[in-house]
Amino acid sequence: MTDHHNDIDSVSGRSTTGHEWDGIKELNTPLPRWWVITFYLTIVWAIGYWIVYPAWPLISSNTTGLFGYSTRADVAVELANLEKIRGAKMVALGAASLAEIEKDPALLALARAKGKTVFGDNCAPCHGSGGAGAKGYPNLNDDDWLWGGTLDQIMQTIQFGARSGHAKTHEGQMLAFGKDGVLKTDEIVTVANYVRSLSGLPTRKDFDAAKGEKIFAENCVACHGDGGKGNQELGAPNLTDKIWLYGSDEAILIETIGQGRAGVMPAWEGRLDPATIKAMAVYVHSLGGGK
Amino acid sequence: MNKTVNPNELTSDDNCAPLYAARKKIYPQSVSGTFRRIKWGLMAFCLGIYYLLPFVRWNRGIGAPSQAVLIDLPNSRFYFFFIELWPQEVYYFTGLLIVAAVALFLMNSVGGRIWCGYLCPQTVWTDLFYAVERLIEGDRRERMKKDASSDPMKLERISEIVLKHSIWLLIAWWTGGAWVLYFNDAPTLVKELVTFQGPMIAYIWIGILTATTYVLAGYMREQVCVYMCPWPRIQAALTDEWALNVTYRYDRGEKRTSVKKAAELRALGEHAGDCVDCYQCVAVCPTGIDIRNGPQLECIQCGLCIDACDNVMTKIGRPTRLIGYDNDINIHRRQEGKAPVYRVVRARTVVYSAIIAAVGGIMLYTLATRSLLDVNVLHDRNPVAVRLSDGSIRNAYTVRLLNKSGYDRVIAIDVNGPVNATVHVVGVDSVTPDRPMIVIPRDTTSELRLLVTAPADGNPEKSIPVRFHVTDIGLGEAASATDNFVSP
Repeated sequence: MTDHHNDIDSVSGRSTTGHEWDGIKELNTPLPRWWVITFYLTIVWAIGYWIVYPAWPLISSNTTGLFGYSTRADVAVELANLEKIRGAKMVALGAASLAEIEKDPALLALARAKGKTVFGDNCAPCHGSGGAGAKGYPNLNDDDWLWGGTLDQIMQTIQFGARSGHAKTHEGQMLAFGKDGVLKTDEIVTVANYVRSLSGLPTRKDFDAAKGEKIFAENCVACHGDGGKGNQELGAPNLTDKIWLYGSDEAILIETIGQGRAGVMPAWEGRLDPATIKAMAVYVHSLGGGK
Repeated sequence: MNKTVNPNELTSDDNCAPLYAARKKIYPQSVSGTFRRIKWGLMAFCLGIYYLLPFVRWNRGIGAPSQAVLIDLPNSRFYFFFIELWPQEVYYFTGLLIVAAVALFLMNSVGGRIWCGYLCPQTVWTDLFYAVERLIEGDRRERMKKDASSDPMKLERISEIVLKHSIWLLIAWWTGGAWVLYFNDAPTLVKELVTFQGPMIAYIWIGILTATTYVLAGYMREQVCVYMCPWPRIQAALTDEWALNVTYRYDRGEKRTSVKKAAELRALGEHAGDCVDCYQCVAVCPTGIDIRNGPQLECIQCGLCIDACDNVMTKIGRPTRLIGYDNDINIHRRQEGKAPVYRVVRARTVVYSAIIAAVGGIMLYTLATRSLLDVNVLHDRNPVAVRLSDGSIRNAYTVRLLNKSGYDRVIAIDVNGPVNATVHVVGVDSVTPDRPMIVIPRDTTSELRLLVTAPADGNPEKSIPVRFHVTDIGLGEAASATDNFVSP
């Protein structure tokens, strides 16, 4: 060890490591003392860390450390704290009636804020982030409601869904008149044109309105009502207005009549707590279309 | 002459000299005179404001804070006597910072580093700490002697040191304490702090500022000005030949000699400099420089050397102000036998004053005419427009009403734009269907969801400008915002 330390390079005045290639010697430039000490300290620190914190994987678990610290437990505590902070306000929201919430600016703001977040997490995939809907998924901003647009009706739909399998769910569906052999193709085309005429949409020139009315009266009135005004008890849409869930083209109407429609809205009771469902009902109602 | 250069020696002696220079401890001597009195006065004034301002009360009515100057972070409000600012009005602070910067430039072009010498917190607190040091450990000579002494410390010396640091810490602690009082109701917070019920954050900030005050004023002192502060560099770049700076008038001072020799020379009718090389100017200097070397980066221009020199000149019977506020132009003019010229009104001082007047004027104007009622409108993005079952079009907007006043308001909203439009505010049953009315409590913001519905027939355009006009029907104040009404 000592011999090369005595070998002093004449130009730089430094000692060499003793390594020499073709007469070129490697200078001994050790790491600074403070750096080396810090490095050893980090090793000591790491050993302490292994003991205090969870560190090493075992076969089916891991070392838990002296204090049983876990980031997951931290998250649980933080979530519990959050609930505690929100608690009083959410209790107030749960206790108030839907109408009261909408009349109280503070509760309305809370319900809208909460509702917007929960809507984004749960409803936006089908209804869109702003509730604008899509084909088969109703626009929640307009004033046309399949199952009713009052606060209570909206809440009921959110709670139990539509054709969701829940005991209290909304039932009723558009039958497949073509597929099930109830109507022949030409009858379906005729009634599709008749339905278009109900809301003032143009029809085929050769379309027989009287025949269409007759087919409609025999097959459709039971759910859609006289004149096609719809029935919210059965989720049967109003066929006389400007809003079409699947579209108003003749082809789409033929498809609807021929193959039926039965869109599903899941039940949220049990998945979301009652106060959250209330908040969501108020939020959806406040989007603008509520009755 | 061709000396062989040994690279080894060159490396170790010349190139590798450390860039770090150890601090030479400075022992400024006490001095009395005009500038010392000005400095005492300004110190009392500045510290008085800093320590006592949080306790000044201002009546803003029930429910509003009664502290004259308060930075209310939880509620995001800034109170300054009769002014209450909201977060969106931080541009007033921008204006204030512009005025402050240009005022600094103006000071500099008139009288050099007035800020550094008299007003900068670093100077004020360091001066105070030096005063404490002097009071306990004695003046320059005694302190130097005590520090240089290699004898084992006696109880008396130890108690001096302990006392000095205790008083420093007390001042530093009070400095941190006063700081936190600007962020909460001062009397309440003082009560909480002394009964150990105060918020943790207050104690942490007191601790931080106690530490910074103690270290900056007790230990780092002039090093802050010399090494840390950017202003000496900027100042050097901004100054001009007319600016007055603390200057040694070498035209009068040179050639330095003793009192006796000067008298002899003068008796012979020859010229003798007034400077007697007594080093009083150096002894009193808080940054430890010799002003006779000319303008220097280290010089904070506190004027204490002027006092020191004046005292000596008076004693030896020569005119005062051998050191004074002056510039090189006048030194040269005197050397040429001309009368000195002082030019305060110059292009730069005029421009700086004009900037201060303009920015200050704009700020005062906007502050005086600032509306206490405001409205912001945000159009719904998704969906931008909704077709209703009867074919009419509806647009939804988020309307934010700001009531910055100290009283509740009844606001009416008028919407002008689409033909035959109806307006509805969610959660509000209005007696006047097309003109919703809302109560906004004092000092709050209300966010409303406002729906505008218009028939498609009368509004064929893709986009129609719409104006939201809000009126305080009690007081007549109004504000408005514009947006668009679009078709699907």
